[in-house]
Amino acid sequence: MLKVKVGLEIHQMLDTKEKLFCACPTVLRREEPSVRFRRWLRLARSELGELDPAALFEYQKGKSYLYEHYEDSVCLVEMDEEPPHQLNPEALEIALTVCLMLNCKIVDEVQVMRKIVIDGSNTTGFQRTALIGIDGYVEARGRRIPINTVCLEEDAARKISESAKEVVYRLDRLGIPLIEISTGPVIESPEEAGLVALRIGQLLRMTGGVKRGLGTIRQDLNISVEGGARVEVKGVQELDLIPKIVELEAKRQTSLLEIRDELRKRGVTEDMIELNVADVTEVFEGTNSRVAKRALEGGGVALAAKLPAFAGLLGREIQPGRRLGTEMAERARYYAEVGGIFHSDELPAYGIAPDEVEKVRKLLNCDVMDAFVLVFEREERAIAALKAVVERAREALKGVPEETRAANPDGTTKFMRPMPGKARMYPETDIRPISITPELLERVRKALPEPPEVKYEKFVKVYGLNPSLAKRMVSSYWLDLFEKAVEELRAPPTVVATTLEGTLVELRRDGVPVPNLTDEHLLGLFKLLSKGLLVKEAIPIVLRHLAENPSLSVEDALRELGVTPMSEEEARERIRSVLGSMSNVVRERGVKAFGQVMGAAMKELRGRVDGEVVSKLVKEEFEKLLKEQASSS
Amino acid sequence: MGELEGYGDLALEVLEGVSVFDEIEVEREDGAVLRGVLLPRPRYGDPDVLVLKLPNGYNIGVSARRIKQLRRIGRVEPTRGAAAPQLSIKRSLPRIHLIGTGGTIASRVDYLTGAVYPYFTAEEIYSMVPELEEVALLSCETLLNVFSEDLTPSHWSKIAERVAQVFEREQPAGVVIAHGTDTMGYTAAALAFALRRIPGPVVLVGAQRSSDRPSSDAATNMLAAAIAAIKAPFAESVVVMHAGLDDTSFYVHRGVKVRKMHTSRRDAFRSVNAIPLAKVSLPDRSFHMLARRYLPRSNEVTLENGFDEKVALLKFYPGMGPEVLEFLVDRGYHGVVIEGTGLGHVATRLIPSVRRAVDEGVAVVIASQCLWGRVNMNVYRTGVELLKAGAMPAEDMLPETAYVKLSWVLARTRELKEVKRIFSTNLAFEIEERSENRFYPPQSYIERE
Repeated sequence: MLKVKVGLEIHQMLDTKEKLFCACPTVLRREEPSVRFRRWLRLARSELGELDPAALFEYQKGKSYLYEHYEDSVCLVEMDEEPPHQLNPEALEIALTVCLMLNCKIVDEVQVMRKIVIDGSNTTGFQRTALIGIDGYVEARGRRIPINTVCLEEDAARKISESAKEVVYRLDRLGIPLIEISTGPVIESPEEAGLVALRIGQLLRMTGGVKRGLGTIRQDLNISVEGGARVEVKGVQELDLIPKIVELEAKRQTSLLEIRDELRKRGVTEDMIELNVADVTEVFEGTNSRVAKRALEGGGVALAAKLPAFAGLLGREIQPGRRLGTEMAERARYYAEVGGIFHSDELPAYGIAPDEVEKVRKLLNCDVMDAFVLVFEREERAIAALKAVVERAREALKGVPEETRAANPDGTTKFMRPMPGKARMYPETDIRPISITPELLERVRKALPEPPEVKYEKFVKVYGLNPSLAKRMVSSYWLDLFEKAVEELRAPPTVVATTLEGTLVELRRDGVPVPNLTDEHLLGLFKLLSKGLLVKEAIPIVLRHLAENPSLSVEDALRELGVTPMSEEEARERIRSVLGSMSNVVRERGVKAFGQVMGAAMKELRGRVDGEVVSKLVKEEFEKLLKEQASSS
Repeated sequence: MGELEGYGDLALEVLEGVSVFDEIEVEREDGAVLRGVLLPRPRYGDPDVLVLKLPNGYNIGVSARRIKQLRRIGRVEPTRGAAAPQLSIKRSLPRIHLIGTGGTIASRVDYLTGAVYPYFTAEEIYSMVPELEEVALLSCETLLNVFSEDLTPSHWSKIAERVAQVFEREQPAGVVIAHGTDTMGYTAAALAFALRRIPGPVVLVGAQRSSDRPSSDAATNMLAAAIAAIKAPFAESVVVMHAGLDDTSFYVHRGVKVRKMHTSRRDAFRSVNAIPLAKVSLPDRSFHMLARRYLPRSNEVTLENGFDEKVALLKFYPGMGPEVLEFLVDRGYHGVVIEGTGLGHVATRLIPSVRRAVDEGVAVVIASQCLWGRVNMNVYRTGVELLKAGAMPAEDMLPETAYVKLSWVLARTRELKEVKRIFSTNLAFEIEERSENRFYPPQSYIERE
């Protein structure tokens, strides 16, 4: 097993009534926004020198930002046209609750800070954030994992699209409260990383104050193997993916270290890797490669750079389907936005002929052990691309570069941007510091969610769940929704728990898009259930329909499906008519026809009458019919 | 010790031997150990809570009451950051003189202490607004250093005098004045009356978002102001600020017609009873005129300076009694502008006091708290009575402009007949003879969904 060290950073959206610094609702909108406006961000040039490389790069692109908003759910605060209101006390209380559950020490006075972020995702150019708790821990399978910090901050705007000239952001998400939890970098295995994330997620849901659904929780991972470097993996939305990402990143770092060792063995030194660009355009005049043709016809050139003694290493796989060459191409795309880039380990291919490869090799003076990278692009960008490639080649000699990477859906990662520098923060002077008084802390402490053991007892003894279902419910993703349905809506606990922990799992297995279901769907369903306006047999049918048509309300779905509940009299009437149509069968087969009759009745009344009631009624009517037939014959 | 000012007695006790910007380590009674740089205590909040900047950049408060132990570790020196780079701007560019009055166009943050340092040198302004390097050759001076709400008519005189001097001695294409937005409209009107003839425009500019933030409107407003100062065919006192939510359009408002109409928006400034003089667009840096009539650039510099400080601006309200007006007369005020209701009315019970004021040589002007529209005191009896009592209508002037104008007129003459003659003369386009439909902004927001 690789020796790996992982730290987690979890961002969880809170389900508060209002945003962190204004009274807008915390809803993400689906419909088209009504108003747009355009802005630029800037910093004094003398400050740019201190700016972290990631932010500086974004800034120097000189993009403008187009913000989209909704008149009825976004106000002047998100638009940076009004100073922030005071910090949302509801969000602060949830943050304090989380701090206490994570055994943190809490600051005596909260000071809101401005963290400079100039990619446009905040209209202000900074993110407001406050440190609430430090120095806590969470237990995962008997091990104490330190919690370094718990912060309360505002979420950024949603990026909608990006082009060379502008980035479009939507302001509905901006200002929704987030809790950021950072663990110490002490997690030692992919499984443990998954477990700690699961445990923290569980604690967060127990507060009952967090949002659920895609994009409401985001995990960042800091991963390093011994001798490697700290790599930050951003934006992991699927909890299940964490162990895989850790495993594949460890593999990647190990492979990069092997490549480094191989390069050293081949005698490559840093001063050998220089940017020597050769113009090889003439080689490709008459080429069959479509990429090359298109670039050259568009006024581009073919440039190549030699990478001495890199042969075979560019094509070596470091993660499934990803090679050192892939990493170089990603860098080139990031810094120069180039499309047509190839390395010698993958050539000849893509329409580039063997003789063309040979000619390039000759022009570059490559021997067998040398590799090269080839770019088809406008000259300026092609040079920038090769510069980025050579830089990455130099880093290969050192091992693993420190960088920020983004998670792919398959658990591999791709280059996102250079590692951000030290955060630049200064006080948010528009917001007064907030005292955390002993009275406030006491109040939060008294309202802390029950520990899992107490919940388990309650679920078994008061709600009547069977022990195994109770155990599953305590650590369920749906825990808070279960409690809400049972406590506030008075829905039958076992049905609710079975729906959440059983039906949903089965539907997902059947390929139903379960993530489309919202809390409103589920709570609406349980509400109707508790009012007797829905029979439990209808639940899977309705959920399937809602998942497939998420814009419907529960009532709409019931209507479309025709599963409104039926009175006992009406049900009996229907059963009689079913029996009537089957009277021949009953006459022929007698008691043996019962199963067939029951099946037909169930089909007729599916989702509209409680199953037990159906079976009681069918039994009564069946016996009645048998008697009638007996007496008439 | 002086730097610890702001901290309470309990904090000072714990901080024995420590000064601000020292790196310290404190142990709290619950065992929490916190290490960071001690920062000055902000004026608000609990004075017995120490403010620490932790190594991760966050500030937190630690209550002196809960500190078990405090240890001084060392000291960090706050820096003002690197100075702005020296530049060589093309000498052939049009010249602009920039006057600072206390508002900040450029500032930098010391991320160590959180302090914001304002700057007012040409280098810093170029550093904040690099586009200016292609637009203008700047010279800068700080004339005043007061909050805009602390400015008085004597400051208007000082600014007017300096502007006249700059135009006479240095012949810039225009003068730009960085000004706090709260009273920018008053100063702009004052300069319009005092600077009778000048060779180029005086452009007042400010920011609704402070200049320490990346989203500040200071830089784009400044750039638009510079473009207006250079390209304008007129030589008037104007205000340049955002035209809307976008960082792309800016209006050039006539100083005598502009009013801050919103507490916080970038586009808070509106021309009232007039359309803006011109519009500036970015990033293409275009300038185009909207109004047809203006005072053109000339070679003359004619300054008629001085404002009477014994002038009051009074808002009429339903419960107002005559004693408020009587008080001003008793105190020897020379003029009063009353913001009346509607077409220009006050309660009939105030009319005798108006008559008394006029009889004692106090100029009384009636403007309207409607802001939009013209005062007309011939329509209702109260208006007629006020006219008879000797009150002067402000026409379609803003109450603030009427106040500045009266102050300027009274510094020239106290003879009421003459005051009335000058006051009702259109001196700097402060009176529009025609009330055009488009002067009043439409309420289209109701349908815009």
